Amino acid sequence: MKIFDIFERNGLSIGLGVFIVISIGGIVEIIPSFYDNARPLNYSKPYTALELTGRLIYITEGCVECHSQLVRPFKIETDRYGHYSLSGEYAYDRPFLFGSRRIGPDLFRVGARRSVDWLEAHFLDAESTSPGTLMPDYTDLFTNSVDYETVYSDMYTQKVVFHVPYDEEGMPPLGEFEDMKESLLDEAKEIGPRFKTKAIRDHLENDEVKEVVALVAFLLRRR
Amino acid sequence: MEHKTSTIKYDDRVAKGFIITTLVWGTLGLTFGLWIATALVVPSINMGQDWLNFGRFRTAHTSALLYGFVLSTTFAVWYYGSQRLLKIPLAAPKLAFFHLITYNLVILSAVFGAIVGATTARRYSEFEWPVALFLVISWISWGMHIFIMIVSRRERTLYVSIWYFVATFLGIGIVYVFNNLEVPTIFVTGMGDWWHSVSLYSGTNSANIHWWFGHNAVGFVLTVPIVGVSYYMIPKRAKQVLFSYRLSLWAFWGLIFLYLWVGPHHLLFSSLPDWIQTLGMLFSLLLILPSWGSMINLLLTASGKWELLRTDPVFKFLIIGSTFYGLSTLEGPIQAIRSVNALSHYTDWMVGHVHSGALGWVGFTLIGAIYVIVPEIWKRPLYSNKIAEQQFWIQTLGIVLYAVSMWIAGITQGLMWRTTDVYGGLVYSFLDTVLVLQPYYIIRAVGGSFYLYGFCMLGYNIYKTISPARYKKEQTSAATVV
Ligand code: HEC
Ligand code: HEM
Ligand code: HEM
Repeated sequence: MKIFDIFERNGLSIGLGVFIVISIGGIVEIIPSFYDNARPLNYSKPYTALELTGRLIYITEGCVECHSQLVRPFKIETDRYGHYSLSGEYAYDRPFLFGSRRIGPDLFRVGARRSVDWLEAHFLDAESTSPGTLMPDYTDLFTNSVDYETVYSDMYTQKVVFHVPYDEEGMPPLGEFEDMKESLLDEAKEIGPRFKTKAIRDHLENDEVKEVVALVAFLLRRR
Repeated sequence: MEHKTSTIKYDDRVAKGFIITTLVWGTLGLTFGLWIATALVVPSINMGQDWLNFGRFRTAHTSALLYGFVLSTTFAVWYYGSQRLLKIPLAAPKLAFFHLITYNLVILSAVFGAIVGATTARRYSEFEWPVALFLVISWISWGMHIFIMIVSRRERTLYVSIWYFVATFLGIGIVYVFNNLEVPTIFVTGMGDWWHSVSLYSGTNSANIHWWFGHNAVGFVLTVPIVGVSYYMIPKRAKQVLFSYRLSLWAFWGLIFLYLWVGPHHLLFSSLPDWIQTLGMLFSLLLILPSWGSMINLLLTASGKWELLRTDPVFKFLIIGSTFYGLSTLEGPIQAIRSVNALSHYTDWMVGHVHSGALGWVGFTLIGAIYVIVPEIWKRPLYSNKIAEQQFWIQTLGIVLYAVSMWIAGITQGLMWRTTDVYGGLVYSFLDTVLVLQPYYIIRAVGGSFYLYGFCMLGYNIYKTISPARYKKEQTSAATVV
């Protein structure tokens, strides 16, 4: 094969050839709208401390393997899950959690259709609210406490490295580690009373936040 | 190719190492698969333990199989085949051993990370930064080995399989590194989980870059190296040359060029700009050309030798494997058409597509390759052709049960989601569409257990083949090359 001979001369020429051919697709599809894709909507805000805590739990527990967070622009879909997703709504998502399976329903706007106590009951025993469901129970969420340090690390990195507008006017506060702990606790105490499980409320009295509170706050973010 | 006979001292120790580890990761990964398939039949199987949940083990399943099983077999074929195809003994054996050991440690930590929940949630690159970094180091050691072998080769022509291995190394390397650019939080604040990091990309960009990577994790792990293996094994087993060398090269460049464009077919109807989605769809349709080019080339290579299909179970694995390649590369472009994707996306139809490819094409081709090279590197005949034959039928039955049940399940659920009454209201609640899947999930789990059982037969067959030689220290071997 004459035209391919050049690649057989040495290891470097085939390497280079492959490298160039492989690079083209990505360059064309990723670079042109890189800036546009990262622009937030006017009203979107970064995650608050409690919501981000919930988001990290959502990642750890692998909820993304069963749930999508991307509503497509079809009537049957917006009827079920709410307004279709806009690019700007995801601007503060690192990384994205679109998901590619719907073993369970889309959760992007689940806050618009489910209440705190429904979610709580569902995590404790999914069968109780949805007989025949495939979703496992997540009782550990009711006993594990949130990890302030990782969340602070994440938020602080977002702020200083990626210029996510924490602490700016009209945006969620971050401040020092102790400030963030306080604002997280305040948030938790706001939705805390709506939990039915007495233990959760008691722990909150003692300034202890259980994981389930954060996860629910994350799910209720978009109402 | 020149027909010169010379004696080369082949050193197959590293290939042997990868064969053993691939059997371990394969068995483990399939067991995880059966576990999550069962979890979708009996959700309470987790016994209230977080770490036994579907969400954790699904990642363990894909990591153990894609990176553990599939790539380990690829490496075994590389360390075995590169010496024969390039006509030199193993160069840089220390580097090769470094690769063997570090790579398996990477997979071990990846599977462990998935189970304890240390994950980035980015499909197929869930590894947290320390593991990702470790993987890159191990990966580079493989790349260095490839280039050292090529540079010091004695055979001028680079057989097409070698091209595919080079593309595997570069393709996965590039997309993996770019997708994993992230800032470890521990270096910024010094507190929190030390393995935690924040991705460089956000929102829609993160999705776009991720699926640019993700499709190529699928492509460069589950297709490119496997085509390379197949191009090596089918002519070898049929004892005749490739049907068309020219076609194999054109298909090669077509495949690796197109693959990098099709990521957006995982994001159709998402918040990604329309023009990118359209490009993704168009290039997916074009992809059928190089894919079928390779498939036809491989199958025609066997022409005139069809009687082997009756007598040689190993040949059956290879040929049926390539046939499944044709099937999934036809199904893939169909699912990439927007209007079809509107139905198939998010459903089990996709899972059916994945597994007809993964079990049929990838699994069978690699099982065939293992059967071809094990007797050669251990220098003893295969323990039992009969077991291989039975294994073939059991696993084929497993694939059929798996794929067919998932196709029906996916299309049923997709249609139920969009069923409306005369007033345009939705007819089924989400839960209704879940309950209807039960029988299909049961059939899938049964199919999966057949496949796993067949894989254990492979393990047993290989074990029986190699066991008398287990304690032999002498591993380098002399052989005649044609
Ligand atoms: C095995 C797959 C699976 C996993 C893992 C899973 N879910 Fe679910 N989930 C389901 C299914 C199926 C349903 C629908 C039936 C029901 O309501 O239980 C559901 C329903 C839900 C609902 C109700 C949504 C609605 O609109 O009715 C919420 C909220 C939810 N899941 C949150 C989560 C969270 C948070 C996690 C991670 C901690 C999670 N799920 C993990 C399968 C799963
Ligand atoms: C015993 C055989 C197997 C069983 C029972 C099995 C089971 C499963 C299950 C239940 C899922 C989750 C599907 C869902 O989201 O609903 C899955 C996903 C997956 N499996 Fe398997 N699997 C098997 C073999 C394999 C093999 C051999 C491979 C690859 C070589 C593989 C690769 C994958 C991949 C890539 C996914 C993710 C698919 C996606 O994201 O849509 N599986 N498997
Ligand atoms: C011409 C070739 C192919 C094309 C165009 C193609 C296209 C597609 C499409 C459209 C999807 C669905 C995406 C979605 O709706 O989210 C998909 C998913 C998938 N395909 Fe293919 N496919 C091809 C070949 C293959 C082969 C040979 C394999 C090997 C096993 C494979 C493995 C997968 C996997 C693992 C997924 C699941 C990705 C996920 O996790 O979401 N594909 N493919």
